[in-house]
Formats: sequence, C-alpha cells, structure tokens
Amino acid sequence: MSLELQCPVPQFDFDHINMGHGSGGILTHKLLKSGVFDVLKNPLLDQQHDGAILELKGKIAISTDSYVVSPIFFPGGNIGDLAINGTVNDLAMCGASARYLTLSFILEEGLAMTEFKDVLMSIRQAADQSGVQIVTGDTKVVQKGKGDKIFINTTGVGELHPTADIRHQRVEHGDVILLSGPIAAHGVAIMSLREGLEFETTVCSDTQSLKAPVLALLDSLGQDVHFLRDATRGGLASVLNELSEITVKGIHIHQKDLAIAEEVSGACEMLGLDPLYVANEGVFVAVVKAHRAEEALKVLQSFEACHSASIIGEIIADHPGKVVMKSKIGGSRVVNFLQGEQLPRIC
Amino acid sequence: MKHLDEYRDPHLFDVLMDQIHKKVTKPWTLMEICGGQTHSLVKNGIVDLLPKNIRLVHGPGCPVCVTSLGVIDEAIKLASRPDVILCSYGDMLRVPGSSQSLLEVKARGADVRILYSPLEAVQLAKSHPDKEVVFFAVGFETTAPANALAVMHADITGAENFSILASHVLVPPAMEAILSDPENTIDGFLAAGHVCTIMGLDEYYPIAEKYQCPIVVTGFEPIDLLQGILMTVTQLEEGRYEVENQYVRSVHEGGNAVAKKTLEDVFEIKDKVWRGIGPIPKSGYEVRDRYKRFNARLRFNLGPDTVEEDKNCISGAIMKGLKKPMDCPNFGVKCTPEHPLGAPMVSSEGACAAYYHYSSAWNMQKVESL
Repeated sequence: MSLELQCPVPQFDFDHINMGHGSGGILTHKLLKSGVFDVLKNPLLDQQHDGAILELKGKIAISTDSYVVSPIFFPGGNIGDLAINGTVNDLAMCGASARYLTLSFILEEGLAMTEFKDVLMSIRQAADQSGVQIVTGDTKVVQKGKGDKIFINTTGVGELHPTADIRHQRVEHGDVILLSGPIAAHGVAIMSLREGLEFETTVCSDTQSLKAPVLALLDSLGQDVHFLRDATRGGLASVLNELSEITVKGIHIHQKDLAIAEEVSGACEMLGLDPLYVANEGVFVAVVKAHRAEEALKVLQSFEACHSASIIGEIIADHPGKVVMKSKIGGSRVVNFLQGEQLPRIC
Repeated sequence: MKHLDEYRDPHLFDVLMDQIHKKVTKPWTLMEICGGQTHSLVKNGIVDLLPKNIRLVHGPGCPVCVTSLGVIDEAIKLASRPDVILCSYGDMLRVPGSSQSLLEVKARGADVRILYSPLEAVQLAKSHPDKEVVFFAVGFETTAPANALAVMHADITGAENFSILASHVLVPPAMEAILSDPENTIDGFLAAGHVCTIMGLDEYYPIAEKYQCPIVVTGFEPIDLLQGILMTVTQLEEGRYEVENQYVRSVHEGGNAVAKKTLEDVFEIKDKVWRGIGPIPKSGYEVRDRYKRFNARLRFNLGPDTVEEDKNCISGAIMKGLKKPMDCPNFGVKCTPEHPLGAPMVSSEGACAAYYHYSSAWNMQKVESL
C-alpha cells in the first residue's frame, strides 16, 4: 500500500516519544497539535472534545478490538491500517456499515516519531478507504520495556444494513459455506519477520476492509445471508469450529476448494504450519441459503478483495459439533480447535 | 506446489490403494518409525482407507516424545537461571517435565527462545556476551548434524558462552529394542526417510537379516506412504525380508557423507534413556571430550538422568507399537493436548496428538457420547 495521501504530512519537532507525551501537559498538547489532529482531521475530531456526539440512523452495531501486532510494520501493512480494518470488518460481520471509530494509543517511550507518523498516515488512508471517521481518542505513554512500540485500541459504531439478520441461530442444515479469499497470508507475512525465523518471501498480509463486499452481499441476498465471521486469529479452522460447536451442527468442507496462494502454502510447508489455523486479516466466511450460493459467489467475486472467493462446504446433520474435511486424496479428517499456539515443527 | 503436488495426486493415490487391497491376503502389522509419517497418515485420512488386514502402529520417531523427563527437568532448571538464555525448537516448549514445562517457566520470566536453527543460538551467544546461551539439542540423526555444526562453529569463532544440552537419539537401536521385545507384534517397518537421508541404509541390513523383518525406507507424502506400504506388504506376502528404498529422491545408499563426518567429529555414541521406553544401550549422541566445554551437562554440572515417569501414561507401550493411543483409558479423558500426561500427546508429531486432532474414529466416538 503506498503512502500517497491527501492529508498533510505531520511535522513533529521531536524525534522520539518520551514520557511527557502522555502526561496530559504541554508535550501531549504539542504531540496532538503538531501532527495527530492534522492527519486525522474531520469536523467531529476538530471539536477537540473529550467525546464525540454522533448522528446515526436505525439499529447500531458496536465493536471494539485491541491491536498488539509485532512487528508493527509488516509486508502489506502495519498496525495502523490493521487497527482500522479489523474493527471495520468486525462491524461488517454484524451486517453493519462502520461509520465512526475511536482511536486509543499506548505508545512506548522511545518510539521513533517517523514510525508513529507512518502509522498515523496508514490509519487515515484505511479510514478513508472504508468511509469512516476517527472522532475521538486517547494517547498514553508507558516506560521503555513496558510496551512494544505501539498498542492500539479502536472501537467502532456502524449502522445495521436494513435487511441484515446475522445470527448463528439462523444457520440451517443444507446451508452453503463460502470463503471470501485465499487463506493464511497474514500469519505467514508476520512469521516471516519474527526473530529467529526471518525468511525471504513475497507474501503480503491480506489486511483489507471487507465492508464493501459484505454490504453488497446483503444488498443482493438480504436475509438469506445467515452468518458472517472474519477468520482472524486461529484461522479458518477456529471460525468453523466455533460455528459448529455453537449451532450443534456438522460442518463438511472440501480441501480442494480452499484457496491458498502457492507461496503461502510453500511457507507453511517449510514452517510446519497448518494453513487452516494461520491468521487472516481480510478473509471471511459466509453461510448462506443453499439456493442463493452461486449468486453470493458472483457478488463476492466482483470485488477485488474477494476475487478468489469459493464455495467450500455445507452445514450438515451428521457429526453435530464437528468439522470434517475431505482431503484432496479422498480421505477424511477431523479439523479440531487449535491447541495452544501453533508452534513450528522440529524435524 | 512443484515437487509436492505430484506426491499428493488423487489418481495415483487410488491406483496404489487398489494395488495394496489386491496384494494383501493375510493380516500384517506395520510400524512407521517417524512421527512425521504418523501425522501424514492420520491427517490425510489414509489409515481408514487401508485394508482391514493392515494394522499400522506408530513408532517412537518423535524426538520430542522420547526426550527423557530428566533431561527436560534439567533444561527447565537451566532456563530458570538468570544468567542463561535457553534456546529450543518450538515443539519442546510445551512438553511437561516432572512438574512444569519450558513454556510455563518462560511465562514466569525465564529467557526461553524458539529458534529454527542452532546456528542462530551461536549468533545469540555472540550478541549476549554477558549471558550463557544453551541450545536444547533434541532430535534423531536428522537434526544432529546441524547441532554438531553449531558446536564446531562456536569452537572456530570462539563463542565461549555457548553450549548444547544434547539429547540426541538414534533410530536403529530403538528398532532393535522393539523387535527384541518378547511382546513384539511388528512384521515390517517403514523406516524414516529423513533419518536415512543423513545416515544411508548400511545400519538397516543386519537388522532386516537378524529379525527377518522387511524394512522399507519411506517418505512423508501420501503417495510415498502408500508406495512404502505396498513395498513392505509385497515383501511380506512373498516371504522376503529386505531393505528397500522407496524415498529415492532423497535417500542415497551411503547417506550424506559430509553430515556423517560432522557427526563423527563432534559426537560419540552413548547409552540413552528414552522417555516411556527406558534406557537403550548405545542409542544416543553425547558431545565428545574434544568439545566438552560446549557440553552444557559438564558446564553446569548437571545430575544423572533418573526421573520417574507418570505411571498413568502408557506412552512406552504406544511407542513400541504394543498399544494404540485409543487403547489408553486416559486418552482424551485425563490426557489431552491441553493437559498432557505424556509427551506423545504434546508434540505435533506425537501419535496420541495425531489421533486426538485428526482421527475421525476418535472424534466421532466423542460426538456419539455427547
């Protein structure tokens, strides 16, 4: 993602964050005045109030998430766009169109202002792409060693799509499961930078807004969209297991229909990771009424973000509470919840 | 993916499976040595597709599973020292010692790091001259050469604060221990492809001859495994007991000469305690005297390896092929990947974990009992 922006590039007159920037005193004031407000500029934020007063219509969805990714910059994105897309996507999975976001930073003493600036600019760009405004926020600074450069919390509110009724209770036997894109890219991109693991790869994180394809899906299928969930931490396997467990219905998927980029698949082989469990930041699962599945697929595939969407399986009456995958060679295996953290193999 | 997809080809898979079904006339018990093979068999659903007459039992080839409790406890003790950075491969972290795991001491502040290569540990030693950097060197003949290389590298570059806690184990002595057990039921072996990539085939001829047991060196992909099973079953049906090589794309008769020379330089063969199995003579590597300053056992004056196993864990019988994971009364009840009684439930290559995660039979049984 390029950093060409309409908004002014912040001009900080200091090189690093220090404890004073979180004191609420003159340095905090300088930090906000000399860059943050300029980059995130909008009429609501410009009020510089302690909170924001919003106008919204109809039913409202709200979602919050904290972002602690390490390293903060990775191929395909950084903690800034991740923090915007993540909360926008969580709202989308409720069937809501994100409108306003809060933004809270916990900064570590010593953070280079150049890094902070790049994160801020990504935040603005991601917010613009999703049509959301940052309306209020907070900045705290912790001592060096007590944080990891930047932690971000975002809370978002959005207006519910008029026909949306997204609940696990609406999932029925015979429903079809769609996957919006290729899996495991985000996790592999992050792993490629972890200390002791550095390997050369062209894999980029899939962090992206899913707002537009989800709203389009709801425009077309309305109440025939029964369930939506983005496959973030724990990967596709976790989403399917949660759904299977809570609905007490069986899930059957086909390995041959799961999209996975060749370089991602190669990296997973090398690291001993199962791509089903690797994190995504721009992929979701949709469960729809069977006779609308092909239509849903066409809607999704018309978006760049979901061009390799596929139908991957169905909700069945057999093996309630369990996810079973037919392997490419015709055998069957159970896909369980991830146990602990996925650790690399040793031989 | 080039060089992998062809070994996962569904059509070829069906052809081989059909040949196996046609070939088998009697019941045979085969053991795949390596945990990587076990996982591939279970994960791809191969076990359930084989003829009923073929019983597969899962061997002791998971290095994490056979690392003795005593050594894990020593590693935990070292990691708990404020002057030590303990480095390990990832799988080892979750394995419970007699009271806790490395992951638990890490959570309490110990400096434990997951590495992919022991050479990174030598680098770490150089960048932390005020610390002792210990690499927890577990594994079979496959991983041992890299660890030997790390010791040589530390010697040449003068990384005097580097050492290894070696717990290397060797496949052929374990196969002999299994075959000489009075309760042995194994008719043929799928030998571990990557161990043989290093060591070659020499050590296996006398075992096949002495115990009249076919040994087929086998790879890890579905097609490899079916071909290995077909070759072993063909020998058994024809009354032969030879060493054959299915994994020719990786294994050469003499193995990897450079790796073997490195092993010979740095390690000597010693008796070893195997978790769940007990002591096996001449079944492991220890650092030679020439490099003793890089031997963590001597450097930190560690005690002998004498910790008692949990009596409720039947991992020994599982790793010798006498029992299958689901034969254990604690399997999935008292013993789960979250609360493992023994190592085969912890490691990603352990037989119990493979069944717990992937086996349709076990998971469906759980559903029915709900």
